[in-house]
Amino acid sequence: MKQAQNLSNSYRQGPDERGHFGLYGGRYVAETLMPLILEVEKAYAAAKADPGFKKELDYYLEHYAGHPSPLYFAERLTKHFGGAKVYFKREELNHTGSHKINNCLGQILLARRMGKKRIIAETGAGQHGVAVATVSALFNLPCTVYMGSVDIERQKPNVFRMRLLGAEVKPALSGSRTLKDAMNEALRDWVTNVDDTFYIIGTAAGPHPYPAMVRDFQSIIGRETRAQLQKAEGRLPDTLVACIGGGSNAIGLFHEFLDDASVKMFGVEAGGHGLKTGKHAASLNGGAPGVLHGNRTYLLQNEDGQITEADSISAGLDYPGIGPEHAYLHDTKRVTYVSATDQEALDAFQLCSKMEGIIPALEPAHALAYVTKIAPALPKDHLLVMNMCGRGDKDIFTVAEKLGMKI
Amino acid sequence: MNRIDQRFAALKQKNQAGFVAFITAGDPDEATSLALMKALPKAGVDIIELGMAFTDPMADGPAIQAADLRALASGITLAKTLNMVREFRKSDSTTPVVLMGYTNPVYRYGFEKFAKDAAQSGADGLIVVDLPPEEDEELRGPAKAAGLHVIRLATPTTDDKRLPVVLKDSGGFLYYVSITGITGAARPDEERVRKAIERIQKSTKLPVAVGFGVKDAESAAAIARTADAVVVGSAIVQQIAELVKKKMPRGQIVEKVSAFVEILTRATHGARGKVAA
Repeated sequence: MKQAQNLSNSYRQGPDERGHFGLYGGRYVAETLMPLILEVEKAYAAAKADPGFKKELDYYLEHYAGHPSPLYFAERLTKHFGGAKVYFKREELNHTGSHKINNCLGQILLARRMGKKRIIAETGAGQHGVAVATVSALFNLPCTVYMGSVDIERQKPNVFRMRLLGAEVKPALSGSRTLKDAMNEALRDWVTNVDDTFYIIGTAAGPHPYPAMVRDFQSIIGRETRAQLQKAEGRLPDTLVACIGGGSNAIGLFHEFLDDASVKMFGVEAGGHGLKTGKHAASLNGGAPGVLHGNRTYLLQNEDGQITEADSISAGLDYPGIGPEHAYLHDTKRVTYVSATDQEALDAFQLCSKMEGIIPALEPAHALAYVTKIAPALPKDHLLVMNMCGRGDKDIFTVAEKLGMKI
Repeated sequence: MNRIDQRFAALKQKNQAGFVAFITAGDPDEATSLALMKALPKAGVDIIELGMAFTDPMADGPAIQAADLRALASGITLAKTLNMVREFRKSDSTTPVVLMGYTNPVYRYGFEKFAKDAAQSGADGLIVVDLPPEEDEELRGPAKAAGLHVIRLATPTTDDKRLPVVLKDSGGFLYYVSITGITGAARPDEERVRKAIERIQKSTKLPVAVGFGVKDAESAAAIARTADAVVVGSAIVQQIAELVKKKMPRGQIVEKVSAFVEILTRATHGARGKVAA
């Protein structure tokens, strides 16, 4: 229960004042963006120190997003696996159907404090885009969401949702036309509209202070989990499992427990067609350190430092990078990063739907796929918490197609 | 003495603004862009800014991203880019070459090895767009040791508090981005640019080159009246794109682009004369 006493041995102290988590993180942006980044950093530091900001955020998290999200004992799956007790942190029950709303509420309240008049964002699967469009509607701010034209095609329901909420969805037509290109376009918009625009980044990546800020806003997941499991079982979890794209839901769950040495953690990357095929989105297991989108981290890239395309059935994990704090936790081995393939995620997607009556998003289906591998061999008193970070309604078209069914 | 410093000293004596031309190495292919590189000084270009292609050039607009992707499709690599400079130096020992690109390919190549190889190939300066002063320590030292200038960018958002941070350890010239935004976007306002240059010149003796949004003879001349140099990139690259699209023979691409560049260099070099008259 106790946090590490010796702070120099703590995993929870990062980043340093320049935004570095060990070798990773930092502020690798063009000079045009530098003053903006510094402004966001200053404003966030002030907000963090202001009890009024926390009070306002807590209000919206409770009454608008629906926190605390339940910690649910998945009894049938536990019996099915015959090993560890499996709990789901039900972040998919939040308003807008994923953990993304936690971060969006935090960032839009910050944007308001800074007097910004316009919101921009990037999105892959559309979950972050929907969450941004939602909070922009709530606070009556015009909102532009950049989305790769390939993703617009495969995530039509979310595109419609964003438009219903009043957001403008702009296609990113360059490069691979997926999440990384949407992020390029959003950064271009930001440098062009420096005076009035706030960029709500959706994952714990990008230039400092975003990785730390997004982590802080998502840390509610781990804090609630600690308290809820304490109430249910009277102790700490033994194992935490979360899927990793950029890594915001995972760092949100993990960060609270990083200094509890007994807690094992697994981040599950998207293995696509399998790591050996080269067609995957596993930056840590199949990439190398590099610099993209404002931070130094692990990236999918070729020998010449050109960014290669990620490949995953899940549009939300389809990104060639990962948050810098995960890169650091990978190098220090505090967290173990594994992967699950498209097929394994599809199997877990169906298993969870049939056994628990919960249709998971394809993203946490990757986490569940790893749970199915380890849970059976773990003792019956082993407490495993998996972050159910999103619900699967958005994915039914993709899954139907893979299963050869017509909707 | 670094070729960049020599060139600015010579321009100053002539009371002329310099002209910096940007092309991406390998666009549309290695041989054509090398031929173009060789043709640029004859068209009056004072400094060649050679783009090191990257898949995700976030601070550039669609024209330069497309150029980078054309170059990558033709098989360009960072090593081949340095080879181009080496080839260029065989016939031109005076025109300064500045390598411009993004951190990742350079990082992957190795900062130290890159600085050494770039200097040996005959490059004179480096611009790494997404490597601000706060992060460029690993490149700065090796670059300085190899005799390369680290050229930094200042923008309208670089206020008086931040300007010294940018100027510290920067060399060659200061690249002033005349508008907030990406390359190839709106045209800069001459009066605002003049005021910005005056502000910068209070803090540094470095020449100030102005880029972003310069598209034609008129806008080049306008900038040349106050800046030490005019940078043109997107407009040149756009020409290449159009000629490639028309399936123009490679030799003619070099000819046409040089002719276009010559219009801009003439306007730039003649701009101050006009003011005097």
